[in-house]
Amino acid sequence: MDGKKGSLSLLTSELKRFAQFLLSELKPKGKIVTPFNVFATIVLAVAAAILTLRFIKGLGAISHFSQFHPWGLWISFNVITGVAFAGGAYVLTFIVYILHVKKYHPIIRVTVLNGFLAYVFYAGALVLDLGRPLHVINPIIGNSFGVSSVMFLVAWHFMLYMAAEFLEFSPAVAEWLSWRKIRKVLGTLTLGVVIFGITLSTLHQSGLGALFLMAKGKIHPLWYSEFIPILFFISSIFAGLSMVIFERSISNKVFRRRSSSEVIRTNDDILVGLAKICAGTMFAYLFLKLLVLVHGQQFSMLTTPWGYWYLTEVVGFGLIPCVLFTWSVKTKNILLIQISSAMTLIGIVLNRLDTSMIAFNWMNPEKYFPSWMEIEITIAVLVVQILVFRWIVNRMPILSEPPIWAREHKKTVEKIQPIRIKEEQEAWKVSII
Amino acid sequence: MDRRNFLKTFGIASGTALAMASPLKAREKVAPKEFMGILIDTTRCVGCQTCEEICAEVNGLPAPDLDVDVLKTKRTPTPTQYSVINGFETEKGDVYVKQQCMHCNEPACASACLTKAMLKTEEGPVIWREDKCMGCRFCMVSCPLNMPKFEDDSPKPKIQKCQMCWKRLQEGEQPACVENCPAEALMYGKRSELLVVAKERIYRNSDQYVHHIYGEHEVGGTGCLYLAGASFERLGFNTDVGTKPFPELTTDFLYAVPIVLTLWPAFLLALSNSTKDQDETTGSEG
Repeated sequence: MDGKKGSLSLLTSELKRFAQFLLSELKPKGKIVTPFNVFATIVLAVAAAILTLRFIKGLGAISHFSQFHPWGLWISFNVITGVAFAGGAYVLTFIVYILHVKKYHPIIRVTVLNGFLAYVFYAGALVLDLGRPLHVINPIIGNSFGVSSVMFLVAWHFMLYMAAEFLEFSPAVAEWLSWRKIRKVLGTLTLGVVIFGITLSTLHQSGLGALFLMAKGKIHPLWYSEFIPILFFISSIFAGLSMVIFERSISNKVFRRRSSSEVIRTNDDILVGLAKICAGTMFAYLFLKLLVLVHGQQFSMLTTPWGYWYLTEVVGFGLIPCVLFTWSVKTKNILLIQISSAMTLIGIVLNRLDTSMIAFNWMNPEKYFPSWMEIEITIAVLVVQILVFRWIVNRMPILSEPPIWAREHKKTVEKIQPIRIKEEQEAWKVSII
Repeated sequence: MDRRNFLKTFGIASGTALAMASPLKAREKVAPKEFMGILIDTTRCVGCQTCEEICAEVNGLPAPDLDVDVLKTKRTPTPTQYSVINGFETEKGDVYVKQQCMHCNEPACASACLTKAMLKTEEGPVIWREDKCMGCRFCMVSCPLNMPKFEDDSPKPKIQKCQMCWKRLQEGEQPACVENCPAEALMYGKRSELLVVAKERIYRNSDQYVHHIYGEHEVGGTGCLYLAGASFERLGFNTDVGTKPFPELTTDFLYAVPIVLTLWPAFLLALSNSTKDQDETTGSEG
């Protein structure tokens, strides 16, 4: 009897302690009135008003979607571009956990966190865009599996990938909460989850491109080809890594105090490495683009206004940053790497918006331009993501060192390599000669 | 292989098997032989707009604009009007063309729908089911003829398009527009039989008709079939859609899905094991 009572009181006191810990963590750290916070508050307040209007009066009240442009900025930018930007997580987990390249380990957590948040908020934006958001569970439950739909694949993969990324990231949460046993279990899951996540990413990054396969005849021929899925997949590799470079360049300044000495020390070296991968994959991507162009015999279209726009995207924000990346790797010029990554990001935005929005229904005289309210919501989604990112980075061991109990116990026993007699003899021989 | 590795591999393999079970059935084909359809003879249509009027009445939509002038402007169906008539001046005089969902044999919209809200029925009409639809509008992106329309002024929007009076058909009646056409320009029946009728009309009055039935082969065949006296291109028809069913554009991709889902995990696991440093401690990644 006594033992039970004792464990019960222990449990309640533990829960109390835990609740107090959570409450203290919920409080903001640092100054509350900063220019960014003021900006964020205004943006979110306006967004709340717009969304209220949207759910009362329908999408038409706030957006410029039309019968010929059913998908607007939210899908084109938040979902289709955003998911490409979030590709850094699967590329880096591939490098670190599959190829075991330890060099990139210091930034793996922050990248996975970024990817995870991107998916959560972009999927969130997708729900705002749905005409009947309450039915979002239909493809998951019930007998309504539209398995012939690329959208079905994308929807399921988003969901599963979010779960996978959360599990990849979860050791950091367990460390934050000091859940030692759970941390141990979660650690063992990592490899399996990473493999699952990379497989899912391969399919839904290309799946986002495959969404447009049936829009043949609606998308300008310079952007439509049966290779869209492959092009989307390859470009997600350097889009994701450029985003990592971009994020690193900002976080390394903003979160410098939270960053471990290892993160700061290895930063430049990592950026050069990432730039190298970007340059390589961009070259492959541009080569495939050229093949598609030649194969489709579309050279004559290059001299039309659409052709100039295409060249702006592919050469101006594709080939040029690719060359700049190569150059910056050679000279180890960090600033140039950052400039190239920014240019690449613009190039990806252009490519995704061109495919899904700008060159979509290009022959129709009715053009789509997003309303200010659509743009406002897009910014609000980004702001929320940044706020959550900041909250987590300031509390959990993302950039900082994990607690001592969770660190990897490296074998400290130094191995004494016995020198074989033969080798010794040969070494002697060499020195004699 | 130790126990842990075995469990890992087994877990991944079974997860994969589960995930691939669905895409394998990539495309469901409904046998196209006994589909019902509507034959629209534009040489008979007088542009009276009775069909527009009765369509609105039967489907509970606002009454259409019956001003004669609207026939001169090029209109498309809207969320509140499933069927519109457009007038065209040709060398054979004014020609009127009724426009509505074509009820494709293999519809892009239905194959695009992830909840099967948009459905090709066995009888032929392509219908939309309110309780399933998420409102993602992928059907609108996919339809080569831009027929599904979205109610953007409603908090619970519907996808609106002609459903060939699906409810009336189930009660044994004909589509309202067919039944009420005073000029007998519309004819309802089995698609195969309508094709025979259409070919016979072309054969008997070969100088009156263009020798083509729009919808016989377009996008793999459609439920609505058109006859015309002037070239279809001049009458506002989209003649660039080809004869391949649109869902086939995504089959290659969908067939690649189970392949990637099976091969990738095995490859990645092998790669990870082969690059692993022997001294590395496992079990504390993350």
